[in-house]
Amino acid sequence: MSSTSPLLDVSGLTKHFPIKGGFPIRRTVGAVQAVDGLDFQVAEGESLGLVGESGCGKSTTGRLITRLLEPTGGTISYRGQDITHASRRQLAPIRSEIQMIFQDPYASLNPRQTVGKIISGPMEINNINPAGGREKRVRELLEIVGLNPEHYNRFPHEFSGGQRQRIGVARALALEPKLIVADEPVSALDVSIQAQVVNLLQQVQKDLGIAFVFIAHDLAIVRHFSQRVAVMYLGKIVEIADRDDLYGNPRHPYTRALLSAVPEATVDDTPRERIRLEGDVPSPISPPSGCRFRTRCWKATEKCASEAPPLVQVEGNKAGHLTACHFPETQETVPAPRLSKDPETAA
Amino acid sequence: MTSTDQQPFLSVKDLKVHFSTEDGIVKAVDGLSFDLARGKTLGIVGESGSGKSVTNLTILGLHNPDSTEVEGSITLDGQELNGASESTLEKLRGNKMAMIFQDALASLSPYHTIGRQIGETYRKHTGASKQEARVRAIEMLRRVGIPQPDRRVDDYPHQFSGGMRQRAMIAMALVCDPELLIADEPTTALDVTVQAQIMDLLKDLQQEFGTSIIFITHDLGVIADIADDVLVMYGGRCVERGPKEEVLRTPQHPYTWGLLGSMPTLDGPVDVPLTPIPGSPPSLLNPPSGCRFHPRCAFANKVDGNRCATESPVLEIVDGRGNACHLTDEQRREFLADLAASKAN
Amino acid sequence: MLRFLVRRLLGAAVTLLIISAITFMLFYAVPRDPARMACGKVCTPDTLELIRHNMGIDDPLPQQYWNWLSGIFVGRDYTGIGNCNAPCLGYSFVNHESVLGTVKDRFPTTASLALGSSVVFLIFGIGTGMLAAVKQGKALDKIASSASLVASSMQIYFVGPVALYLLVYQTHLLDQPAYTPFTENPAAWFTGLLVPWLVLALIWTANYTRMTRSQMVETLSEDYVRTARAKGLSQRTVFFRFAWRGAMGPLVTIFGIDMGVLLGGAMITEKTFSLQGLGMLAVKSVINNDLPMLLGVMIVTAAFVVLANIVVDAVYAMIDPRIRLA
Repeated sequence: MSSTSPLLDVSGLTKHFPIKGGFPIRRTVGAVQAVDGLDFQVAEGESLGLVGESGCGKSTTGRLITRLLEPTGGTISYRGQDITHASRRQLAPIRSEIQMIFQDPYASLNPRQTVGKIISGPMEINNINPAGGREKRVRELLEIVGLNPEHYNRFPHEFSGGQRQRIGVARALALEPKLIVADEPVSALDVSIQAQVVNLLQQVQKDLGIAFVFIAHDLAIVRHFSQRVAVMYLGKIVEIADRDDLYGNPRHPYTRALLSAVPEATVDDTPRERIRLEGDVPSPISPPSGCRFRTRCWKATEKCASEAPPLVQVEGNKAGHLTACHFPETQETVPAPRLSKDPETAA
Repeated sequence: MTSTDQQPFLSVKDLKVHFSTEDGIVKAVDGLSFDLARGKTLGIVGESGSGKSVTNLTILGLHNPDSTEVEGSITLDGQELNGASESTLEKLRGNKMAMIFQDALASLSPYHTIGRQIGETYRKHTGASKQEARVRAIEMLRRVGIPQPDRRVDDYPHQFSGGMRQRAMIAMALVCDPELLIADEPTTALDVTVQAQIMDLLKDLQQEFGTSIIFITHDLGVIADIADDVLVMYGGRCVERGPKEEVLRTPQHPYTWGLLGSMPTLDGPVDVPLTPIPGSPPSLLNPPSGCRFHPRCAFANKVDGNRCATESPVLEIVDGRGNACHLTDEQRREFLADLAASKAN
Repeated sequence: MLRFLVRRLLGAAVTLLIISAITFMLFYAVPRDPARMACGKVCTPDTLELIRHNMGIDDPLPQQYWNWLSGIFVGRDYTGIGNCNAPCLGYSFVNHESVLGTVKDRFPTTASLALGSSVVFLIFGIGTGMLAAVKQGKALDKIASSASLVASSMQIYFVGPVALYLLVYQTHLLDQPAYTPFTENPAAWFTGLLVPWLVLALIWTANYTRMTRSQMVETLSEDYVRTARAKGLSQRTVFFRFAWRGAMGPLVTIFGIDMGVLLGGAMITEKTFSLQGLGMLAVKSVINNDLPMLLGVMIVTAAFVVLANIVVDAVYAMIDPRIRLA
């Protein structure tokens, strides 16, 4: 990965949504700092997981990469080409190589179009004529995603939620993309169906060598699907590492708290570490100074308030394991005590 | 109390809930029985359309009486609820039995302050004055961990964060110290760290008040954290029941196996595919014959004859443990041994 | 709230300015020459020029518009006719009246018609709609729904004469429609407008029945209504305190806009019952090519719609705390 240039290279990526207000003339009075200076790379054929809780900016990041949103700052390069502010025309050849899969399989398919039309749509727009015709290609795609090719002429409402998500996958695959941004692709599905779709995506990734940016809040699914994982908190990446390093040796307190909060369907005799974060995520309009996690961190000191920790390979990390923390966790760190439950102090 | 000591606190017997719709009769719940003791938590697991939410709305009598037919018996502390008058149920709801819902934003009135919504329940059941209700609301908000409750009491739900709204809803449900709390996916819409907070809160409050809880979820992980007993529902029926430890350690029903196999874990093997359940949940308008799970079951062919398709397996409960499946105990042990072996890899 | 009002009123002024400018350009660009019509049969070029000058239409169009606009604030002096004090909306050379005076004259009729009928249709429309929502799917609901469908497809010019024939001419149950100012004789005001109120209200009632029903049915299926029931509140409390509260917002919006329209004049109703309101005034101005009058009526009507919108937004914010006025 380090020898060749990455497929996607994101550097300092920032998105601030302006807040309008003021009197008598409305003007920009502030900004929601949805994404604030992200650096990461995605290698060809690699799956990068983006995890974090609601409001951490992971979905915004997905939309910035696919250029559904215009970045406020930073750069996005795709195969060495800067696409940060590329125009529609400049983007056209790239659009077909970067595809997106959405969370809601009900809302993201046009109910008035047949499945065949939905899947061949991207080919039509990009004027691509595969050998054997578009219909043949659509039937192949249906087969790949585990749907009956005979269902070419059916409408989305005739399919179940899981099948609809398969249609979404087939549509994304139609242009033989190099990179798929999947935004919570399974979170709207039933547990038993989730596994079907995860398996499908995994198979697609392996067989077709497609790189993924896999955005999800479910840490177990991300672990299952992604070779590398980035944890986001309040618009920033707090930790990024290879899967085993991140889950086996979480260095950022937030990563550790997040992992300890995942309920697992096992009854162990030795209880797992429990870290309970108090309070809520602060507002992205006026995030805390310094380290954004410090208001909920049990280790925070004055340094954390004055100095934002850089995302670096802190001591004890393997290569490629970056953590943004002044006081990184170690395996030996005593599990954090449960913080005070007194509501007055939790404010 | 002595006479009811033998009786479980809540007892549901052979419950059937059928809706008539334009397309036909939907058998949302079809012969469900379970008991719940005082101060215990029953986790009900199932996917969409399993009938888990309908069951609980029916316990509170919140189904539409015009289009719904309810058979069977629901007794709460010895009192029969099925067929009870509306005024009887109104006195119980929010008072002796209360409910919290998944989507706290949609489930709280956007037009009234949090304090008023909590106090309203209290006033209805205790006849307290407005001032007393407000004091009580503030006390409840403090108890569920809302900072500055005397100020937040006058806020509207949209001014609360997701986790705080769910806390407010819990405060509203517990304001009259109910003996039964039904929680319908209360943490599904929340982030994991907030989910953990809310589950801790429920456990603390249960210890404090001795409330019996029915906790509905699709997530076996949540069950592992909070429940004493587990009831697995599929297609309107119970397929497996038992103490949490036993169901999670030695699950007996192929559907439970499927659910567990579908869930990736934080420490399991990663480069092997998950083992999903094929197909989709059944239509309750036209449910499969015999065992409702048989069209998706990988073990249906292991049962002699065509029994899975023709004969509904009977749920037999011995010492609180049981399953509704035609497989023999021998076959089950074999499978579990295989499963343990594959996990060890 | 104050900020909201100031901002919105400023916005309203801009809207009205744009509307007046567009209307002005449109109507004054028509080829018919009002001066020629006023000039009569024996018309010398000199007389024509004089009339043009008196009318103020010999100036270039933007100048004319400016004259009209400044007249609103500082008044206007018409040569040979006299002074038109601010606010001056112009002078009708057809009726030889000031536009504002005529509009003021006609407005009470239109306002009485609008307010009286809205009282009737709100009471009956919302009442029936709520009943239908309670009895959802039952006989009463079906009767109310089909009756309102029939009624809403009726037309005033059909129902009006039929009602007049049955209630007034045949049975003499009600009085012949006529407008008497309320300040003069309240009883005559009431009886004279009763038939138009009822007829106008019949059609609007149907609309409000359907809207109320659908809004109520929608809010009754909201999660928070279910929560209210789960708290042990009675059906009645849930219905009025929760469901109705949610249904009110959209109804207020629609009513506000309807009110704005009604206050601008109900032409067909006024025509049917021979009432001299703003609607008839507009119709006559079009027929007589009375451009200053037409422009005046248009601006007043537009002002009502714009103001109604501001009121609606303010009321909506009072009903729904999620709406922030800004």
